[in-house]
Amino acid sequence: MSVISMILVVIVAFFAGMEGILDEFEFHQPLVACTLIGLVTGDLVPCIMLGGSLQLIALGWANIGAAVAPDAALASVASSIILVLGGQGTKGVSSAIGLAIPLAVAGLFLTMVARTLAVPIIHIMDRAADRGDIGSIDLWHIIAICMQGLRIAIPAALLLFIPASAVRGVLSAMPAWLNAGMTIGGGMVVAVGYAMVINMMSSREVWPFFILGFVIATVTNLTLIAIGAIGISLALIYLDLSKKGSSSNGGGSSNAGDPIDNILNDY
Amino acid sequence: MADEKKVHLTKRDRLAVAWRSTFIQGSWNYERMQNGGWVFSLIPAIKKLYPNKDDRIAALKRHLEFFNTHPYLASPVIGVTLALEEDRANGAAVDDVAIQGVKVGMMGPLAGVGDPVFWYTVRPILGALGASLALSGNILGPILFFVLWNIIRWGFMWYTQEFGYRAGSRITEDLSGGLLQDVTKGASIMGMFVLAALVQRWVSIRFTPVVSNVRLAKGAYIDWTKIPLTHNGLQEAFTQYQSGLALSATRVTTLQNNLDSLIPGLAALLLTFFCMWLLKKKVSPIIIIIGIFVFGIVAHVLNIL
Repeated sequence: MSVISMILVVIVAFFAGMEGILDEFEFHQPLVACTLIGLVTGDLVPCIMLGGSLQLIALGWANIGAAVAPDAALASVASSIILVLGGQGTKGVSSAIGLAIPLAVAGLFLTMVARTLAVPIIHIMDRAADRGDIGSIDLWHIIAICMQGLRIAIPAALLLFIPASAVRGVLSAMPAWLNAGMTIGGGMVVAVGYAMVINMMSSREVWPFFILGFVIATVTNLTLIAIGAIGISLALIYLDLSKKGSSSNGGGSSNAGDPIDNILNDY
Repeated sequence: MADEKKVHLTKRDRLAVAWRSTFIQGSWNYERMQNGGWVFSLIPAIKKLYPNKDDRIAALKRHLEFFNTHPYLASPVIGVTLALEEDRANGAAVDDVAIQGVKVGMMGPLAGVGDPVFWYTVRPILGALGASLALSGNILGPILFFVLWNIIRWGFMWYTQEFGYRAGSRITEDLSGGLLQDVTKGASIMGMFVLAALVQRWVSIRFTPVVSNVRLAKGAYIDWTKIPLTHNGLQEAFTQYQSGLALSATRVTTLQNNLDSLIPGLAALLLTFFCMWLLKKKVSPIIIIIGIFVFGIVAHVLNIL
């Protein structure tokens, strides 16, 4: 890898690290981060494929409240660096995915360190506020963001110094059955992300929509966009009907969402 | 005096605040969470509204209090706070308690809207859409995801901040009303529906064990010895295949074929339910993920998958 690519990789890692905490531009999502690493190293197509696969695994990872999700930023940056160094092209994607999971866990630890280090920064901002020093508050907030960037940039830079031949050696020593097994595991592991999301959103009221979605998806000539459109329509219809039910009844009985029942009641 | 010198936040000021709110989580910490980013976002407004140093210090300290919500749903809260601070700077009786009350009152319910809408509906849908293109190495996948996401995000943040600014303190009354509930419920219906489709389409399990080997009757399969290796022969073979003849003399049925005749994706659904159950039992997702990889490898070695 040329020096320029290496510098660019570290810059990409820096942005991904920042976004890992900001969660705004989504540079840290595997789909974007892996692609950017691929772009600056000239190994674009395998990295896009890696990003796509990791994205499916990471669909349900989200920072909620104080809870931290596995670190998509470190997982995608480090696994795509390894993919590029390994030089196996698209064949190396499945083993890179396998490596991404432990990296995501390691990243979790780094995130917790960074969030703890941010506490003294806040105290510095407190003191700046006492003086009315707006410039200092701005500066320390930016320092905190940069610290988040370094959280990923430093490990990425360290990875770059491992000689490519060593990475390649480890990867080519991996037996075929392990690789195939990991690919199969990669196909199933997506379920965990979905399970997290479903646990969060499910209620008695919305389970029927889950069943509908599952059955409709078996119609293979419907694209995901078409399925999404059906989903929006169903949600709108449901909200509309449940309102009609409650308004025409004046809150008398609890039969919301059933127009026929309302007609019968009016007799 | 206050009547003559009314300070107003111009659109330019509000845009500066909206842009800074992109970085609201930058100094996220375990003590007061988003407080640093919150004050960072409001700084253009504080500079404009409070030229007096003591007022400025009070405002900075007021906004370094605990704050935490969904990063995008902070925008309506910022909008309302801007309206309140503007009133206060112009001499209205808006005290610290009112401003803090509005912030705290809004941040909880709004976080409850933002998480299902953005993290569990919009991002998985856009992510899956992008990933489906990216899996074949198509760069349109990541580009589509990135561009669409940021258009939606920025549009949402700017619109809701303006909405909050116009609605001012009245927005807190709307919180108990129907709109917010409708958005939450609609998002979860839509989310559950699409999630089920994603489970069916994207969780892949293929059981390889062979259930049966049936020897087909003569005439039910293509007799390759009678097909000459010419253009016409190929055409003949394809015609026979299309009319329903099998490719070989034995029909192999795998376990997967049997499962698919129930409903395709059943195993994926069961696996998802199993994961949900484990998560509810407080098993760490990381352990489940590692477990699935180990299972995949073992099952492959044993020729089950």
